[in-house]
Amino acid sequence: MHLVKPRLVVGLVIVGIFVFLGIIAPPFAPENPTAWNTYFRNMPPSTLHIMGTNNLGQDIFWVLTWSIRNSLWIGLSVAAFATIIGVLVGLLAGFLGGAADRALTLCMDVVIAVPSLPILILISALLGGNSSLAIIAVVLVFFNWPWPGRQARAMTLSLREREFINVAHASGENIGKILILEILPFMLGWALANFINTILVAIAAESGLAIIGLSSLKEATLGTMIYWAMQHQALLLEQWLWILPPIFAIMLLFIGLFLVSTGWSDYFATRRGRQ
Amino acid sequence: MIRIKNVSAYYKTVQGTVKATEDVSFEIFDNEIVGIAGESGCGKTTLMKAIYGNVESPMYIANGSIELEVEEFGEKKIIPNQEIHRYWWDHISYIPQASMSVLNPVVRIKDQFLDSYLRSEVRALGKQALLARMAAYLQELELPPEVLNAYPHQLSGGMRQRVIVALATFVHPKFVLADEPTTALDVVVQRGILTMLMNLQKQLQNTFVIVSHDMGVHYQITNRMVIMYAGRVVEIANTDVLFDRPQHPYTEMLINALPRVGDDHQRSGIGGRPPSLLNPPAGCRFADRCYLADAGCTQVQPELVEVEPGHFVACLKRAPETAASAPQSTWRGTASA
Amino acid sequence: MNGKFLEIRNVSKIYRIGGLFRPTKIAAVDHVNLSLDQGKAQVLSLVGESGSGKTTLARMVLHLVQPTEGEIIIEGMSTGRRLNRSQMKTFRRRAQPIFQNPFESFSSRKTVDTYLFETARNILGAKTKAEAHRAVDEALVSVGLSAERVIGRYPNQFSGGELQRVSVARAMIPHPELLVADEPVSMIDASMRMNVVNLFKTLRDEFKVNILYITHDLSTAYYVSDRIAIMYRGNIVESGPSTAVLKQPAHPYTELLLDSVAKIGEKWHDVVRLPDMESKEYGYVGCKFAERCPYVRDICRKMKPPMVTTEDAREVLCFKLVNYENVEEQKVAT
Repeated sequence: MHLVKPRLVVGLVIVGIFVFLGIIAPPFAPENPTAWNTYFRNMPPSTLHIMGTNNLGQDIFWVLTWSIRNSLWIGLSVAAFATIIGVLVGLLAGFLGGAADRALTLCMDVVIAVPSLPILILISALLGGNSSLAIIAVVLVFFNWPWPGRQARAMTLSLREREFINVAHASGENIGKILILEILPFMLGWALANFINTILVAIAAESGLAIIGLSSLKEATLGTMIYWAMQHQALLLEQWLWILPPIFAIMLLFIGLFLVSTGWSDYFATRRGRQ
Repeated sequence: MIRIKNVSAYYKTVQGTVKATEDVSFEIFDNEIVGIAGESGCGKTTLMKAIYGNVESPMYIANGSIELEVEEFGEKKIIPNQEIHRYWWDHISYIPQASMSVLNPVVRIKDQFLDSYLRSEVRALGKQALLARMAAYLQELELPPEVLNAYPHQLSGGMRQRVIVALATFVHPKFVLADEPTTALDVVVQRGILTMLMNLQKQLQNTFVIVSHDMGVHYQITNRMVIMYAGRVVEIANTDVLFDRPQHPYTEMLINALPRVGDDHQRSGIGGRPPSLLNPPAGCRFADRCYLADAGCTQVQPELVEVEPGHFVACLKRAPETAASAPQSTWRGTASA
Repeated sequence: MNGKFLEIRNVSKIYRIGGLFRPTKIAAVDHVNLSLDQGKAQVLSLVGESGSGKTTLARMVLHLVQPTEGEIIIEGMSTGRRLNRSQMKTFRRRAQPIFQNPFESFSSRKTVDTYLFETARNILGAKTKAEAHRAVDEALVSVGLSAERVIGRYPNQFSGGELQRVSVARAMIPHPELLVADEPVSMIDASMRMNVVNLFKTLRDEFKVNILYITHDLSTAYYVSDRIAIMYRGNIVESGPSTAVLKQPAHPYTELLLDSVAKIGEKWHDVVRLPDMESKEYGYVGCKFAERCPYVRDICRKMKPPMVTTEDAREVLCFKLVNYENVEEQKVAT
């Protein structure tokens, strides 16, 4: 255990706090924290409202936890689907070679080449503020899967040449088994680091969109929270407790995720070196 | 001359301390070719690294000392192990195991040559003169001159190894340590490289230390041999003496395990495995694989005893410390024709 | 059926190397003919330096590389073209590989027994766990290992020699008729090699397996083979019964190989000429060994040498045996 670096631990603690906040939201939150005018507006912090209320009549603390929950949800689901799809495509492209490889690589290259922001803006504009988070998530997955895809393909290309793959063939393993049992294990460490990184990217993307008003505005995410705060002149009105917490939350969450991602890469590399 | 005194070099690992070499003592003289033989894992490479002064964590020298004796400006100087790195390339050079992969794949051979002499005074000659000398040296070693302009991947494994030997001996160091210089190379190239080493030694009158698990290699080119087993030295002798009358049972088995062309009788490899170096046994480490061993062998650690001038054996059966016994009748292997 | 068990017919493998503008063609394997008779199990050794083409040839026999020309036929089944799934299955039941580096032959992330069980289920066709277990057990015992010693362990828990024996066990599970062993002992300590080599002898004698044994080490080749083929830069320069070839070498390169073995008992005396850069030697017009040959004459450099068949059923690719005359294939007395 002395190999576990401090940065990994710190990162995990930070992310852990956010996950905790995200988890306590449903059981303890009042009915619908995002509903407007539930409480008196702009009340200062008190025992009833830990961080006070905002101009929309929402309890800031519960909105914050709900936003954290939704942001994490987006991050996790986008990362999960993008990584899984990317790795599968990469494995197939790298291993099969030939026409299949060319076709899949073309797909990956096209998606990478297309700039995501204008498309995201277009989609959001078409759907108005009515898009659900799920649609945003799907779009983000679409733009993010080729990155792990290309790396997975590169790793597969080199692993394919190893002698034990020939032995696996001689043992009668079919392609599926070879990809999952022989090649994938070598990619897991990297895949995990990539997964965590993608969480970061997804949350950043959604928050960015939200701040300029293009996300799903009826849902609460860290980004939309900032959006609404800005819409209601929170900066001018010096309502710090409304606008600063989501900003700090995003920053802190990113730092935490980054530390976990790099800390894991380090730890994994030193562990592998010893094998 | 290099004096190795009671060197114990260990490795710190997660599972504990690996005692790679234990209490190793012998001397390496000038103008000879010394062979260090033994199975993989017997400590030969660790010993080489220690002699070379390349001791990096997790390896550390728990005990003992290594001294390099050099002559500087007509005076004899003794260099302790920690200072040896100042004499790299000039006085002592090292050809590591699997050195075929040691060359930088994106740099041409000639540039790698030039890069490696950053510290030597030879660099003062200037690039052109240096390259000319290199080309001449390569030709002496019968390497085609085109090699200088090639990239490592354009050369076969054997060719790369020859280039590395050339690199390591270019400045004519007094000691050259070669760790398994011909492993994984085919027999003809192996012969070429070994003959190259022999001729170089004759010419330069320096010392080569060759580590190999192949007794045939030792027979061909070394004058004196050190046999190691599980981190300890078990026998030291001149090469012809060692092959004529090996005393330690392990040496006998090593010699007998090699098949020979034209030789029709059954041969067998050595059975069993060496003991773990995390927790080496108390007595003789070879006891469980030895045909001579008895209960006493597992309890007492045999020391090196000189059974005849220059011939040392660490075996309780063959060289008991107490009696100044005459050499036992030696086992000469299975009856050959 | 008294035909051939293994037939390598006029097989070549040509690679284009070099950049876009000046690629050179290298015939890694150049019109090679080799065969093993049906009937008695034999060990055929393919001997040569690195860069001789022996590994490429072995990989073609194993269907890992496609020949550019020629055909390879195992028991009537041609392996040259692309095979469909069921043909591959039959092929794998008949011919199995053993590779040079035992530690590369298994994934470091898996226990070695997974490959054994896969082979038992997929190639041998074991239908139940018990059947598979039995097959694996038998195979391990036949190589001198036991199931408890092997099952559940990772590659790094074995020595090179032991792991190579596990490779052999795996290859033997489907009771193949041909084992192709590519330098199986070159990465094992010299003192442990005989354990594996003796194993090949047992496989031939008791299990009636033909073995194509690729090596650069003549001493083990002598010890275990019935027939030997010596390769140099893509050509087979001498082939025949192993005692004949090794006790009375006809080709100058065979002489060189014999002489270069690091023997105990005899020291090297002659100077040996080492090979030049690969790309150059492959480009020679005449005999590829000409520049290193102590018996070379002018004709050797200009023309390709003929394949000469000797009285004692050997084939030798050399001008020396036909008095340096420009002839087509010929039979001569030795």
